Amino acid sequence: MLTTSPTPVLNLAAAAPELLLAIGALALLMVGVFRQNQAGALLVHWLTVGLLTLAGIAAFLGGGDTQYAFGGVFVSDGVSRFAKVFIFFGTAIILILSRQYMQRAKLLIFEFPVLVALAALGMAMMVSSADLIALYMGLELQSLSLYVLASFRRDSVRSTEAGLKYFVLGALSSGLLLFGASFVYGATVSTEFVVIAERIAEGEPNVGLVIGLAFVLAGLAFKISAAPFHMWTPDVYEGAPTPITAFMATAPKMAAAVLMVRVLYDGFGPTMVPEWQQIVSFLAAASMLVGSIAAIGQTDIKRLMAYSSIGHMGFALVGMAAGTEAGATSVLVYLAIYMTMNLGVFAYILTMRRNDVAMTKISDLSGLWQRDGFSALCLTVLMFSLAGIPPLAGFWAKWYTFGAAVEAGLIWLLVIATVAAVISAFYYLRLVKIMVFDEAAEGFDGPMGGEFRAVLGLSAAVMILFVIGGLGVTEMAADAATIYAR
Amino acid sequence: MEIGLTHYLTVASLLFVIGIFGIFLNRKNVIIILMSIELMLLAVNINFVAFSTHLNDLGGQVFTMFVLTVAAAEAAIGLAILVCFHRNRGTIAVEDVNVMRG
Repeated sequence: MLTTSPTPVLNLAAAAPELLLAIGALALLMVGVFRQNQAGALLVHWLTVGLLTLAGIAAFLGGGDTQYAFGGVFVSDGVSRFAKVFIFFGTAIILILSRQYMQRAKLLIFEFPVLVALAALGMAMMVSSADLIALYMGLELQSLSLYVLASFRRDSVRSTEAGLKYFVLGALSSGLLLFGASFVYGATVSTEFVVIAERIAEGEPNVGLVIGLAFVLAGLAFKISAAPFHMWTPDVYEGAPTPITAFMATAPKMAAAVLMVRVLYDGFGPTMVPEWQQIVSFLAAASMLVGSIAAIGQTDIKRLMAYSSIGHMGFALVGMAAGTEAGATSVLVYLAIYMTMNLGVFAYILTMRRNDVAMTKISDLSGLWQRDGFSALCLTVLMFSLAGIPPLAGFWAKWYTFGAAVEAGLIWLLVIATVAAVISAFYYLRLVKIMVFDEAAEGFDGPMGGEFRAVLGLSAAVMILFVIGGLGVTEMAADAATIYAR
Repeated sequence: MEIGLTHYLTVASLLFVIGIFGIFLNRKNVIIILMSIELMLLAVNINFVAFSTHLNDLGGQVFTMFVLTVAAAEAAIGLAILVCFHRNRGTIAVEDVNVMRG
């Protein structure tokens, strides 16, 4: 990229949030090692929250044009900054929410916040990658941290089994991605997205390139848990400690989806859109159907949220399949709203404890309305939003993705999406019915912590208030996606 | 017979497919799955180096170095998780990785 980017080769300023986070995480690791006790772990925990907030502010303020760093393998532009702001702040909120759970489970050791910070760093690298090598390194930094986090409860069969399953299937998907990357490299003699796009535009798409594209997409579909590569999701969500499930259901989803936009729009667009549009449409249709149908029989709320996330990634892929500027905007808006909804829902799931044992059955929620009106109201709003009922934010998220798909002429996909949305509304509404109309179950432990109430309430408020001009998020996303204007 | 790019790609593809089958068909031992994963990554490396030599471009070999490094880290983490799992479950047979299902 030395020839095409006018900026200095090693443009460190463009990667300021990542450098801050990388150095900070290593420093915190040292702090943790030298203060081997509970107080030290708590200190590292809060310092990591501060560090992530700082990185989020740095990403938010680092405006300006598209900038390349490290000789063109790293790009800081509107899309990456939008994603980074949500990733860093979302991760910080997850850390704040997980303190109580981790302390009660005797899991609050300093490695936990440091691993979360490193996973966030990997995600930031993913959304900023402009090169297949950078993509791979970011993806692995995120995945390796998440494998360890999933099996964080070392003395539990379920947690270690979740980690093992996640590891095996994650490593398989990395292998698929790399195999595809090698063919893309063979066909275009470059690993940089800009050069790949140029070479594709010059010549006819050949067989090697299409094979490469298919394998890369399969690998990425694993990471965003799109059907038919979704089988790890329910088990890992169920087995991992709840704060880590909450983490996996928010920031990594944003990172992987934006990474997919990067690969498809930067690397394989706009010449190869017809080729990948078919694959992405298929992934979208399969995910939406699996996510909505398989969730019906679930009794565990973490498993339910896993299928819900499969379905929601399907809806995000509907927007992505459009391959236009509107498509990119809709993916960003969808993921931002989805993250907010999940933060609220998991803030409540994290407080579900009875006699100091974490509860995850859906039936534990029955009659919540009579026990805790505020939480029941907020959860009801969030469930309506997840189901996509107007005028809540979840409806607008779907509205934008559907709009992008209509523009691109993907009417058959819209029919499937509508059917899937109706089916999925069933189980979200069933949850509301259980909370409001069923006989009250025994209450949960003690008063709910202030941080849980705040996140739950705020996230429900955002769902309602989103109708007022999209709270600026839509505009931010549209601004960010102007780089894909053609 | 001249050994060309196609031969290398064929070998790599075969190794890759053996790796995938090793993961899905093997019902005995998780260690074999770890070996299969390594096999897949090495197949990818053969691909990269073959393309790199054929195209006279160093990028592929640089990528190989990164893949090798990450593969080592990945194996370390995989084995660590496996040790924890064995402590809890007392076995590492693939068919016993089944506490959660559905």
